[in-house]
Amino acid sequence: MLDLKVAYRILSQASRLMVGVPDYDGYVIHQMTRHPDDPVMSYEEFFRNRQDARYGGGGATRCC
Amino acid sequence: MGAPLSKLVWLATALLGAFALGVVALERGESVNAIWLVIAAVCTYFIAYRFYGLFIGSKVMSVDANRLTPAVRYNDGLDYVPTNRYVLFGHHFAAIAGAGPLVGPVLAAQMGYLPGTLWILAGVVFAGAVQDSMVLFLSTRRDGRSLGDMIRSEMGPLAGSLALVGVLMIMIIILAVLALVVVKALTGSPWGTFTVIATIPIAILMGIYARFLRPGRIGEMSLIGFALLMAALLYGQTVAESPDLAPLFTFKGEQLALMIIGYGFVASVLPVWLLLAPRDYLSTFLKIGTIICLALGILVVMPTLKMPAVTQFIDGTGPVFAGNLFPFLFITIACGAVSGFHALISSGTTPKMLETETQIPLIGYGGMLMESFVAVMAMVAATVIDPGVYFAMNSPAARIGTDVANAATVISSWGFAITPEMLLETAKDVGETSILSRAGGAPTLAVGMAQIFSSVIGGKAMMAFWYHFAILFEALFILTAVDAGTRACRFMVQDMIGAVAPSFRQTKSWSNNLIATGIAVTLWGYILYTGVIDPLGGINTLWPLFGIANQMLAGVALVLCTVVLFKMKRQRYAWVTVLPAIWLLICTLTAGMQKVFHASPAIGFLAQADKFGTALDAGKVIGPAKTIDQMNQIVFNAYVDAGIAIFLLILVVAMVGFGIVSIRRAIATDHPTALESGGTKEVGHA
Repeated sequence: MLDLKVAYRILSQASRLMVGVPDYDGYVIHQMTRHPDDPVMSYEEFFRNRQDARYGGGGATRCC
Repeated sequence: MGAPLSKLVWLATALLGAFALGVVALERGESVNAIWLVIAAVCTYFIAYRFYGLFIGSKVMSVDANRLTPAVRYNDGLDYVPTNRYVLFGHHFAAIAGAGPLVGPVLAAQMGYLPGTLWILAGVVFAGAVQDSMVLFLSTRRDGRSLGDMIRSEMGPLAGSLALVGVLMIMIIILAVLALVVVKALTGSPWGTFTVIATIPIAILMGIYARFLRPGRIGEMSLIGFALLMAALLYGQTVAESPDLAPLFTFKGEQLALMIIGYGFVASVLPVWLLLAPRDYLSTFLKIGTIICLALGILVVMPTLKMPAVTQFIDGTGPVFAGNLFPFLFITIACGAVSGFHALISSGTTPKMLETETQIPLIGYGGMLMESFVAVMAMVAATVIDPGVYFAMNSPAARIGTDVANAATVISSWGFAITPEMLLETAKDVGETSILSRAGGAPTLAVGMAQIFSSVIGGKAMMAFWYHFAILFEALFILTAVDAGTRACRFMVQDMIGAVAPSFRQTKSWSNNLIATGIAVTLWGYILYTGVIDPLGGINTLWPLFGIANQMLAGVALVLCTVVLFKMKRQRYAWVTVLPAIWLLICTLTAGMQKVFHASPAIGFLAQADKFGTALDAGKVIGPAKTIDQMNQIVFNAYVDAGIAIFLLILVVAMVGFGIVSIRRAIATDHPTALESGGTKEVGHA
């Protein structure tokens, strides 16, 4: 059975990753479990961080 | 599903695909429905994925489900993130799909729909998808490192540096050609120009919204942006019909070229959140949405192909691009069949997000099959329009003149009956004053898409809207590629100059930023400008150069894959990458040699320089040039283009040489020498 909730989550995550923003909840869970002593970026900081990373360095982010 | 049933399904798919291909290839005299082309393509993709893509994964790469990927080992929740495979598929596809697969097939349609379609299918199965998935595999085994880095470590530092210069060169040519496509589409079109210019304030508004008002709300800001974009598109018609406003947005090619050059500079220097990023979001979503709509449109409308399966222009006399079917068809259709640029994407962000190696065939091979499907749809859109209209839009003025009466006579004499009234009518339908010599693929595709969309929604009354929607969609993501590409070039320039003067690597420095961006913009801007003022049409000259460069990069990437297979001691499967590499090298070297040395001035740059140079010496002006200045321009451009082609030829031959040396060394060693990182035993990063 196709679970609509799962489908929606995949679709929304895919749309965000298409423009270079990975899953924020995943990041928070990762930070809390692996680096419990380090600060966790707020969503706004996370968004800016990812935006700068996408266009910040060398390499191509898209094709012709 | 039981095994016998599964076999039966695959057999049925194969038979259906073969039947559809038969209909497409063998039907003569009667027009073929586009749906057969789509069925043939989709069946080919399923069979290829199941029987070749998975074979490459399990046997050639021997992917290991237990081996930890970079995403798992370096998981940081940011760059390295194990990602759901469907989510990653979307990301990878959005990164590889661009203007390339849309433009190439449109140009190739001058030879009929069949040769191009066959190459798109064969090319993707045996070359394009192989390259994409193999490079993804290589990079995944090397911490997600880039193509240039991998060439350096597996084939030596000199090969690595050479590859980097080649990549920069290709990016410059791509940016120039893509910008030229936009110039050709917007020249003398106030509606199109208005909407494309309107995207700048819209993007800035979105940028401010997502930075300060509602930070990071991508969905909201994209919906607002899309609504404003549609409003601009509708208002564009009013602008085009207003005698006061229309002249403000009517520009010549030269003016548009200078505007795009200036825009490219500013957009890539400004903070990214203000203009570049929001435009990127808008263009990415519009691109994916339009591609899905086009697929649905073709399925609903089921248009008939009006272009013959094969035209007389396979002999190399065609007006859209010069040269014979071999090698030039294989150069013209670059992305969609095989694209070297994808090697940069497959060794970019995607390998850092794979959950397991077993997903490489789906993402790498499958993603490229999807891109190929976009190319097939572009072929459909270009061949459902009247062939007379197609040739009117894609032939340079040098061949068909600048008035409809003359154009109709010339094109009818080629065997594609068309009247001046039909040409005027088509221009009126799409809301333009003229459709003659709108080369570059985008306008033709827009007419085809408008024809398909308007049969679903709006009928003829909406055709002009859909035409400009399609132009906007293409211009938007091409211009986004131009800004982002300029930025990428800037970092490459900084890196290269930084090798000599290390302080130049400081990316935060404004002077470094301005100088490096200036260099990048000057390089592509110069080529763009020569393309715009080229009396021979620009696209005619520059697209083959782009194709050669792009396919050569694919050849180089496949050479790297071959070297690594030998180093892994898996050479019994090396034919998987050797065969497409050899084919690409044959095509690109032949095409490159012909572009430089061919005796016909229509094909060979040196012959062209010679022809116009001789006439200049005699003090004569020969067509299509109208002045001595233009004559000089043609001669000079021909030498520049010949120089670029020769440089690319030398580069690719050198890379093959490095490849052969590395392979011999690998054979002479009795143990695997591939430099892989990470194994199953390594413990995940904390």
